[in-house]
Amino acid sequence: MSERETVRIGVYVCHCGTNIAATVDVKSLAEYAGLLPNVVLSRDYKYMCSDPGQDLIRQDIRDRQLNRIVVASCSPHLHEHTFRTALKVGGLNPFYFHMVNIREQASWVHENRAQATRKAKNLVSAAVQRVAFHQPLERGRVAIQPDVLIVGGGIAGIHAALTLANAGKHVFLVEREATIGGHMARFDKTFPTLDCAACILTPKMSAVRAHPNITLWTYSEVTKVDGYVGNYKVTVLRQPRYVDEDLCSGCLECIEACVYKQAKVPDDFNLGLSKRRPIYIPFPQAVPQVPVVDPETCIQFKSGKCKTTCIAACGDRHAINLRMEPKEERIEVGTVILATGFQTFDAHRVPYYGYGKYPNVYTALEVERLVNASGPTAGEVVLRDGRRPEAVGIVHCVGSRDENTHRWCSRVCCMYSLKLAHLIKEHTGAEIFNFYIDMRTPGKGFEEFYQKLLTERVHFIRGRVAEVTDWALDPTEEGKLVIRVEDTLAGFVRRIPVDMVVLATGLEPRTDAPEVRRLFNISCASEGFFLERHPKLAPVNTFTDGIFLAGCCQGPKDIPDTVAQAGAAAAEALALIDAGYLETEPNTAHVEEEKCCGCKTCISMCPYHAVAFVDEIHKSRVNEVLCKGCGTCVAACPSGAIRQNLFEDDEIFAEIEGVFSNA
Amino acid sequence: MRPKVAFYWCASCGGCEEAVLDLAEGVLNLADAVDIVFWPVALDFKEKDVEEMADGEIAVSFVNGAVRSSHQLNMARLLRRKSKLVVAFGACAQMGGIPGLANLTTARDTLREVYGEADPPALEFRDNGHTLTLPKLFDSVFPLDRAIPVDYYVPGCPPSPKIVSDMFDVLLNGELPEPGAVLAPDHAMCDECPRRDSRPQELKLDRFHRVQETAIDPEKCILAQGVPCLGPATRAGCGSRCIAGNMPCSGCFGPTSRMRDYGGKALCSLASVVEGNEVAEIDRIFEGLVDPVGTFYRYSLPSSFLERKRWE
Amino acid sequence: MPEPFEPKIVAFFCNWCTYLAADLAGTSRIKYCPNAEVVRVMCSGRVDVQFVLKAFAKGADGVLIGGCHPGDCHYQEGNYKALRRYRLLRRLIRQMGIEDERLRLEWISAAEGDRVRAVINDMVETLKRLGPLQKSEEERAHLLEVA
Repeated sequence: MSERETVRIGVYVCHCGTNIAATVDVKSLAEYAGLLPNVVLSRDYKYMCSDPGQDLIRQDIRDRQLNRIVVASCSPHLHEHTFRTALKVGGLNPFYFHMVNIREQASWVHENRAQATRKAKNLVSAAVQRVAFHQPLERGRVAIQPDVLIVGGGIAGIHAALTLANAGKHVFLVEREATIGGHMARFDKTFPTLDCAACILTPKMSAVRAHPNITLWTYSEVTKVDGYVGNYKVTVLRQPRYVDEDLCSGCLECIEACVYKQAKVPDDFNLGLSKRRPIYIPFPQAVPQVPVVDPETCIQFKSGKCKTTCIAACGDRHAINLRMEPKEERIEVGTVILATGFQTFDAHRVPYYGYGKYPNVYTALEVERLVNASGPTAGEVVLRDGRRPEAVGIVHCVGSRDENTHRWCSRVCCMYSLKLAHLIKEHTGAEIFNFYIDMRTPGKGFEEFYQKLLTERVHFIRGRVAEVTDWALDPTEEGKLVIRVEDTLAGFVRRIPVDMVVLATGLEPRTDAPEVRRLFNISCASEGFFLERHPKLAPVNTFTDGIFLAGCCQGPKDIPDTVAQAGAAAAEALALIDAGYLETEPNTAHVEEEKCCGCKTCISMCPYHAVAFVDEIHKSRVNEVLCKGCGTCVAACPSGAIRQNLFEDDEIFAEIEGVFSNA
Repeated sequence: MRPKVAFYWCASCGGCEEAVLDLAEGVLNLADAVDIVFWPVALDFKEKDVEEMADGEIAVSFVNGAVRSSHQLNMARLLRRKSKLVVAFGACAQMGGIPGLANLTTARDTLREVYGEADPPALEFRDNGHTLTLPKLFDSVFPLDRAIPVDYYVPGCPPSPKIVSDMFDVLLNGELPEPGAVLAPDHAMCDECPRRDSRPQELKLDRFHRVQETAIDPEKCILAQGVPCLGPATRAGCGSRCIAGNMPCSGCFGPTSRMRDYGGKALCSLASVVEGNEVAEIDRIFEGLVDPVGTFYRYSLPSSFLERKRWE
Repeated sequence: MPEPFEPKIVAFFCNWCTYLAADLAGTSRIKYCPNAEVVRVMCSGRVDVQFVLKAFAKGADGVLIGGCHPGDCHYQEGNYKALRRYRLLRRLIRQMGIEDERLRLEWISAAEGDRVRAVINDMVETLKRLGPLQKSEEERAHLLEVA
């Protein structure tokens, strides 16, 4: 742009239906804008983001020789890209554009029409002053590394991995536990079809193992992420299982041969309901089918004095190596899918339900293990003392829909509570009571499932359970757990004695979600789940290009939705990889070398080492590929020798001036 | 015909006059090259003489000192009328200078502080049929360009000999620079500082010292030793004489063309290189930096965005 | 009847946290005082002290800088630089006769839409109590003396 070029600005004020127009006087705003310096035309229109709206811009650029465009509408996070594209199609550099947020930050948050309009006028004036300083810029292109990292080997990670691997991409699937499968591996049957979870999951797990395009690293964690979008350098720490995956044949004789004739260690897979030996496999269909040695409980590790019968049993395969060291792997990937899942709400946090106090209060996941034929009780639903329960109460919404614990609805609990009601009844013939607030059965086949349960003579009591107690008020309650609840449909408080209480615990973000998100530089939403770019338009994208979300780490959901989302994430990754490049926002910094005095202040400002000191010329230089465009070095430069595209001092000062138009 | 030049001082210490004399033998060359028609410190011309000149008769007037009295204002306006070019000579004329720190107070408070008088003096005094007048002292100090349009700025407190001699060269012989230009290089002082290589790339300060609180190593970057040095934020051209004297740069050459508020930018930059992520630790580190206004706006307060301390 | 004093706040919001939080307040239809006008920057680390001083000089009664919580900066450490600058700037403006409460640095994450409301409303209330920062007529007259 030459210094002499006359700036010709077109201003467009969007009504957004009544979203903006109901509170901001859009006509008066457009009129006001038309009188501002350098503004050649000013229009208002119902929906600027629509095709006709964008056409207006494209037409006007050609007909009125506009060289700057301002659109006053919604948040730039929503449509900045849309309008920049409109400029491009209209033949103007897309960065000659500036957007004013008069919806999310004006019409939707203020009530007084005069004040909201006045604010909008100031903001438009600011944009008009700013846009005059805009320079033509080109988006950079960064080549995308074709490999994909998927963090988390539950059903979401598995499905995404298979989809991508089948498309010919190389996938690194990293899973923290010793086996993939996630929470789904613990389920018995899945709603609403009562499919056996293992039957539908294990084939996928095997497919992962067998797929030539998938590198499966279990018992591993991502510890460091360097590099930049499209070119991540990831460090994965592989914990030692003390059994060599390549040499092990999966015969499991070492486990049988362990000196511990009785298993003594609480079995984590069965949630402590059974015990395992120090050498173990999480569950029979674990993938990889390779045992793990737990150094905390293995005698050889603790005292060095074990007969190591396991090693003997392994024989000449020599797969057991108790000297194994943790190993760091460094990989380069272009895209990442986070599928780290959820954790269940800790029922200890609601002590009035008696979990941990009364032995026969269980969480739903524990009961899943009980009903499971390969669980700790071989499918027998029994109490701690081995008796069969005659009456079971299932308490919905534990740790969900509650101001004191979590406000959200965990989405799956009504359905799994119905499923458990059915399964427990099938296994024990007991009388089942479900205590619910609402029955949330929205999915395909869900309502029908609920109707089926209604015919199975399960009792449904609408009420929030207040308390589980063993305090008997009469002989019928002796030795029972009494559930106290207000039956809101009947209109009175009831005491229902049962033998077993099942708490439908909700889903919550994992405790380490904040660390994981910092590793990958994405955000968490207010509840702690990972934040999606847009709940409707971009539910699997994050605000960081190249990083996608799948499954419950983004929010509670059931398996059908998880698998759908995993497929979506894989598709997004695929789209990026096949395009071959990512376009970077050109808001990078650059040093005006003649002006740089070599004070090196900027060098220490950049956490990405994007600013380097060039000794030969005694000046700083910015590597635009590494620069992420924060502008910290720009503010820190003591003599103003570094500038930031799109956020120049001139532009921001102009915006500040404009805000004081005092319309 | 030799070009006519004038030198004048407003609220000034006299150092800028010295700066011209610092040309040493060069002064004689100057005296040959030009016709000095007004120079209160050195020659006997009167204000009346200037008033009688034609407009634009003076080729260049070099005005130093800040404007803070009605008399200075009038003289500035007079010289502007009578001159083709006016140069704001020295930090005071360019930015307000050290007298500019009076913008932290008012005329009334200053007079009260110095003379203990409750009321400011009368500006007119009649005695024996004669009227004596005093100029009015303004409450604020102004840089020269608030009073009159200025053609060029020569920075420094005072401007260094090289800057002064270059100035004469370019104004009297050479092609005139763009109007409004500052006649000194447009990059910061670190570039010419002899200690520049000793400044580390990753500078993180965990305390500040005043010059008298520490022994400054004469070989190493002064800022890296925790003494606030404004060299990185200050225009080059002075020959880093203060550094040679083992004293930190205090910013007398003012900003580069890309800085709009000198003190603000200097503060922003200096604050960026301290350690500390917690408020308590950061505040403790800054305790060693006494008097932020005096440090960052020593010469430039009147030309800053805020201009002066808020009126009480 | 003179119009009641409505303080003017210039707010510098970082794109990833505070600006998104303000958007969230919008999508949630949370209502708050219309006194703040937002200038968007990518990171609170871009906020140059000169911007703040310019805002005050132009007539802002208050300046608000919004960034990500410590440890959560989208660009790792930009917000720490903003914090350090803010602590020193506070002392400077105090010397210039500007009350501490007129300059505010707040950490607001992308999920805290309601906090945007709380901070802005609180700041407006405080500024109403402090009164306008603008130069008084007397001061303006003095500065125009030399014009």
